[in-house]
Order: sequence, then C-alpha cells, then structure tokens
Amino acid sequence: MDLTKTAESPAPDDTYRPSEHELERQRFRRSRRRRHTWISALCTVVALVALGAAAVASPGWERVDSLFLDGAELRAAFPELLRGFWLNIQMFLVAEVLILVLGLLIALVRVTRAPGLQPLRLAATVYVDVFRGVPTLLLVFLVGFGLPALQLQGTPSEPWVLGVIALVLSYAAYVAEVFRAGLNSVHPAQRNAARALGLNERQTLRHVVLPQAVRNVVPPLLNDFIALQKDTALVAVLGPLEALRAAQIKADYDFNYTPYLGAALLFIAVTIPLTRFADRLQRRAARRTWAETGR
Amino acid sequence: MSRPLLRIRGLRKQYGSRLVLTSIDLDVAEHEVVCLIGGSGSGKSTLLRCVDLLEVVDDGTVHLGESELTDPRLDPDVARRRIGIVFQSYNLFPHLSVLDNITLAPRQVHGVPRRRAEASARELLARLGLADKADEHPDRLSGGQQQRAAIARALATEPELLLFDEITSALDPELVGEVLEVVADLKQRGLTILMATHEMDFARRVADRVCFLEDGVIVEQGTAEQVLTAPRERATRRFLARALDRS
Repeated sequence: MDLTKTAESPAPDDTYRPSEHELERQRFRRSRRRRHTWISALCTVVALVALGAAAVASPGWERVDSLFLDGAELRAAFPELLRGFWLNIQMFLVAEVLILVLGLLIALVRVTRAPGLQPLRLAATVYVDVFRGVPTLLLVFLVGFGLPALQLQGTPSEPWVLGVIALVLSYAAYVAEVFRAGLNSVHPAQRNAARALGLNERQTLRHVVLPQAVRNVVPPLLNDFIALQKDTALVAVLGPLEALRAAQIKADYDFNYTPYLGAALLFIAVTIPLTRFADRLQRRAARRTWAETGR
Repeated sequence: MSRPLLRIRGLRKQYGSRLVLTSIDLDVAEHEVVCLIGGSGSGKSTLLRCVDLLEVVDDGTVHLGESELTDPRLDPDVARRRIGIVFQSYNLFPHLSVLDNITLAPRQVHGVPRRRAEASARELLARLGLADKADEHPDRLSGGQQQRAAIARALATEPELLLFDEITSALDPELVGEVLEVVADLKQRGLTILMATHEMDFARRVADRVCFLEDGVIVEQGTAEQVLTAPRERATRRFLARALDRS
C-alpha cells in the first residue's frame, strides 16, 4: 500500500461548460435577488420617512428638538467632550492591560493543584466571590473616596487613577471567571494526551491547555471589554473631566441636554465597531467548533 | 523467554460499584505484539489506561522492567516518558502544527534542541508517509493521516512500550489499512506493542499473542493462531462468530 498518497480534491475539468438549463436557473436567481434588493430598500425608506414625519409632527417635538438636538450647543460642547473622551480611552487602555494580567493570574491560581498554593487559591476564590458581588459604582465610591481618606503614604490622589483601580478590581473578577471557564473548556482528552507524553502539570498547562483556552475565550473577553469601555463613565462621580463629566458641566450650565447626547455618540462610535468585531470572532469560533466536532 | 518488559499482576479497577477489571494477569515480553480483543465494555481500554497511569488502579501491580508503575511514590511523569500511547480519537493538539505536535515532548520533556527534534520528526513523518504534512495543522488532515501523525508523536520520544487503544475504530473503512500498515512496520522494527483492536484479520497477521477479554476478565490467551482459529473457550467462540459476522 502506498502511504504517500493523499486525499486531494480532483483536478477541475477545463472542458466543463454549464448547461443551458443551469444558465437559465442562474438568470432567474439573479433577477429575483435584484427584485428583493429593491423591495427592501423601498420599504426601509418608506418606514424611515413615516417615522421621521410622525416624530416631527408630534406635539412635543419642538421641546425635544431644542433640549436634545441643539446643533449649536453640540458644536460648542464638542471639543470639551472629545478631550474628556480621550481620558475615557486612556482609562480603558490602562485598565484593560491590568485586568488581563490580574484575571489570568487569578484563574491560573484557581485551577492549579499544587498543595503549597492552597492559601492563594482560597484568597483568589474569596476575591472573585466578593468583587463580582459588589456593584461597580459602589466600588468606585469606596476606592475613590475611601482610599484617600485613609491618608496612607503613597496612595495615588489622581481621581482617574483611583477610578481605574476600582474598575480593575471589579472587572478582574469577571475576567478571571472567563479565563477559568476557558481553561475548563479544553477537552480532558487533550490534557491526558499531554500527560501521556510525559509533560508535567505546568508544561501541560503552558503548552497545551492555556493556548487553546485563550483561543476559546477571546470573544467573551471582548464582550467584557465593551462593557468596560462604557463603565469608564462611572469614574465621572469622582470628578475627573472625562466625557460624561464634561457633558454634565456643560448641560448644567446651559440647561440643555444635547451634550449628553454628544457624549453618548462618542461612546457608540467606539462600541459599535468593537461589538461587530466581537460578533465576527464569535462566528468564526463557532464555525471552528463545528468543524472539529464534525469529524 | 526473558523476563517480560511489562508485567501485570492481579490488576483490579472499578468505577464506583461497577467492576471493570477483575484480577488481570498479563505479561508482554520485549519485541512482542500483544492484541487485546473483546466486545465494547470488556475492559480493554481501561487496561491500557491503567498501564499508562491515566487511571488509578484499585488493586494489583503493573511493572515496567524493574520499576513498579503503580507505586504512588513513583513520579508518574517519569513513568509515562517510557510509554507511548495512541488513542482512538487521535487527540492531536489542534493549535499546533503536525511538526510541533511531534516535537513538543522531545523538546519540553527530554530537552532535545529544536533543530535536532525537528530533523528527527521530519524523518519519522517521511517514514509514515506524511512528509508533506509537517507544517499543516491537524484539522487539515484526513482521519488516517491524523492517526498516523498521532503514532509519530508517540514514537518521537522512543518509548520502550507502545499502547494502541483501538486506533482504527474512528476511521472510515478505506483509511484503516494505511494505519495498520504502520503498525505492521513497527512490529518489523522490533517495537513492543500492547494494543486493543477490533481488527481480527490484522490481529491474526501481526500479533504474537492474542488475549480475549470479557467483563473485565482475560478469558483466554494464546498465540493468534490458537485463539482466533481454534479457541478453547465457549465465550471466545461466541465473540469471534459475532465479530466475523460483522466483517
């Protein structure tokens, strides 16, 4: 038996020409597709126009227009909002890195079985239970106002730094659980195969389990980071001039809510692409899982 | 006959109250190929997993050469380095290329430098007809190719004993042959193999000895010719009649 022979797909035959019947079928499908595109475009335009007309014609429209959709107000507030939003982005980036590191460490501590690590394991379990149970806003208050009140040496005084600490404490607990679920999602047969080759527990974790776990948790991690990006606005209560705080100041000053809408648009501008990206990764992961179990 | 390489005495394994193996005695000499046959649930796979310490035995001993594998004071990682196992479901690492699958243990466990590990891995792959698949990921390979890659992975650490756990059961019929050819080749090279199999013709061709298991007991063992052609026990005859009926 020839072992070098491999199962390749047959070479395309150059002489093939589609039959008249097939060409007819393709023409019909094309024209049906064109018709459907027209119908859906037309219906969408009609619905939008109807909705817009109904909104403008409704009795309260003028108040809505002047309080929420004031173009001049938005233009005046926008530079402040953008400057504030840049702080949101910075807080997000710093927090994200710290959360990934801390979350992974906690998850690893929780899944190892070395007897010497028992106290650490216990601490990690308590940490996750406590910080997942406390509202993030409460943590922001607790760290932001409570920590400086202790007057310990070396405590950061910058409100945005305190806010980031609170966000990290809260989100690391969630992310640790995501990582742990990922570690447990790797099939036990993979662990067995690695151990059977003589790899010890640490080598098995590092070379076989962890790479597959990380691959599995990228989509859920992205979802957590979209939530984190929005939650940077919670730090507003501590006073740093991030987007929400900037909007609040401007809105209070002018008795107009358009700046809030402007801040909301900035958040959406970041979260929508992120969500689409997460969705795409999730679909790809799902396809891969089907391909693997399909055998 | 010299002292057996693998010596199993009084091996017992139970899952909860279900007894899977009852007092198994089995020897495998160096360069010998021993086939375990029997219906599903007869304990073939569990026996192999006990030898590779993937299961904790409930009584009895397993010796490999001079050392007792079932001694809890023995580092199981050290023991497993001397044994290679291939599973029914291949269990290749999906995130690594075929080459990296094979070199992982030599490099990480045995400290072989990358260049040398890769050179011998490519040699091994060429021997198993997979020279052009070294840099592919496992999901690009057919079942038979994946299983041959898994055999290469088990061979890469030059184990003293090879365990094959129904390695052709998950394969399409037309792919079974290419994997069994590899096993026959390994026998030619003098490796020691203990394998669970459903392929009676193959067992007849390559096995030095055949053991028939039923309900966790070795009912009959002997040369392939004797067990498969002229079985002494009624249970063996009944099993063989059914097995031949299927094929």
